[in-house]
Amino acid sequence: MSEPQFYGAGFPYLKIEDLPGKLIVLEGPDGVGRSTQTQLLRRWLEDEGFAVSDTGLRRSEMTQQGLDDAKKGHTLSRITMSLFYATDFADRLENQIIPALQAGFVVLSDRYFYSIMARDIVRGADPDWARKLYGFALQPDLVLYLKADVSDLVSRLIHGRGLNYWEAGMDLRPSDNLFDSFLDYQSRLAGLFEHLSQEYDFVTIDAGRPVMEVFSDLQEKIRALLEDQQPIYEEDLK
Amino acid sequence: MLRVNDTPGKLIIVEGIDGSGKSTQIDLLYKWLQAQGHSVYFSEWNSSALVKSTTKRAKKRKLFTPTTFSLLQCTDFADRWENQILPLLKAGVVVLADRYAFTAFGRDVARGVDRQWVRNLYSFAMQPDIALFFRVPLDIAVQRITSARANLKYYEAGMDLNLSESRIESFELFQARILNEYDLMVDEFGLTVIDGTHTVQAQQRLMREIVKQELKGWKGLPIPEGSPQILLQSEN
Repeated sequence: MSEPQFYGAGFPYLKIEDLPGKLIVLEGPDGVGRSTQTQLLRRWLEDEGFAVSDTGLRRSEMTQQGLDDAKKGHTLSRITMSLFYATDFADRLENQIIPALQAGFVVLSDRYFYSIMARDIVRGADPDWARKLYGFALQPDLVLYLKADVSDLVSRLIHGRGLNYWEAGMDLRPSDNLFDSFLDYQSRLAGLFEHLSQEYDFVTIDAGRPVMEVFSDLQEKIRALLEDQQPIYEEDLK
Repeated sequence: MLRVNDTPGKLIIVEGIDGSGKSTQIDLLYKWLQAQGHSVYFSEWNSSALVKSTTKRAKKRKLFTPTTFSLLQCTDFADRWENQILPLLKAGVVVLADRYAFTAFGRDVARGVDRQWVRNLYSFAMQPDIALFFRVPLDIAVQRITSARANLKYYEAGMDLNLSESRIESFELFQARILNEYDLMVDEFGLTVIDGTHTVQAQQRLMREIVKQELKGWKGLPIPEGSPQILLQSEN
C-alpha cells in the first residue's frame, strides 16, 4: 500500500506517511461464504509467511453495547442508524486496520464500508451524503466481490444458520414473511452492488461454484497483488 | 449549506463557547415563550438516550479519536433530529436548541477533522430561523468556567489534542480554536452575534425582540384548552 489513499479527506490529523501492509477486502452478500474464504486465505497466507489480521463487521469495542441495545429495541431511525454504523466502522479502521497496516500486516477485511453504505442507501439514505460520509475511508489495495444469485444464497442459508430479521431487511417490511423479504431485500442490495463494483473497482468473483474453486481464484488475485513480496520457500531456509 | 426550514414550526438555536452564557439565555427564553402561550420544545446538545451509554463508556476509557467523536455526536444529534426536533417542527412547535450543528463545525474542526466533511454530515439538518451566537472574549469565558467548576473534564478541556499538559491551558487553546471557527461561521451561516459581555437582562431583552419579530403574525401549534402549561419536556 505504502502511500495511503483515501476516498475523501481521510483523517487529516493523522500523519500517516507509509503503510507497508496490504488491505484486502472481501465483499459479498450474507451467506455467500465470505467467512469460510477468509479462514482459508488466512491459513494460506500465514503458511507463506505473511502476518495476517482479519477483521469483520463485528462491533468495535466502543460501539458494540450501544448498537446491540439499539437493535434490540428497533428504535434506530434511518440517519441515526447510518451514523452509528459509520462510527463503528471508523473506530475499527483507525484503531485496528490502520495500525495493522502500519505494522506491515496483510489485513483481510470481511466486508468494508461498501456493505454498510449499500444497506443505508437501500433504506433511503441520500447516496451522495453516504459517499461523502465515508470520505475518511482508506482505499483498499484489493476488493474481491463474491457474487452469487439470491436463490443460491437462500438455499445456503436455509441449510445453514437460517434466515434472520436484519439480513431479510424486515425493518423495511418489504413483505410479511422472512422468505419473501429476504429475496426482495437481497435483490435490491445486489443491484446496488453492481453499481458499486464499477465505481469502486471491485474484482468480481463468481461465488456460485465449489468452495475450493472460488478459493483458487481468490489466491490468484491476491498472489498478483503480493508478487513483490516473495513467499518463504523451504529450500531457502538454513 | 443547510437546507431551508420548510416546516410550519420555528427553530431557534443558541451557540457559543463554554462560558458564553448562552444556556442561561435560552432557558429564560424558553420560560418566556411558554408564558406567551406557545408550544415550545427544548433540546440539549448530547442528550440522546440512545447514544448515552456509548458516549459515557468511550469518554471514560478515552477511546475517542476526532473522527469517532464527531460521528458519535452526530449520531446523537440525528436521533434527536429524527425523533423529536423534526416531528415537532412539522407539528408547528417552536423548537429551541442549546447548541446545534455549528457546535460540531467548531469543535470537530478544532479537533482536526475536515471542514467540508463535517458539514456534509449534518446536511440533513435545517438552517434555523434564528441562530444566535453569544460572543465573549476568550479570557472572560475561561474565567467564568474555571471559577464555577472544580475541574475540567478530559474531552471538555481538549486534552485529547495534546496541546498542553495543563488542563486549563489546554482548555484555553482549544476554546481559542473553536472561537476562531465560530467567527468564520458568522457569514457562512448568517449567525446573529450577541455581545455576551452585556448584562443578562440586556441580552435577554435583545433576544426577545429578535424572536418577537420572527414570530410576528405566526400561528404555531395551539395548546389545547385546560392542558398544563408545560406541554413538552425534554427527555433530560
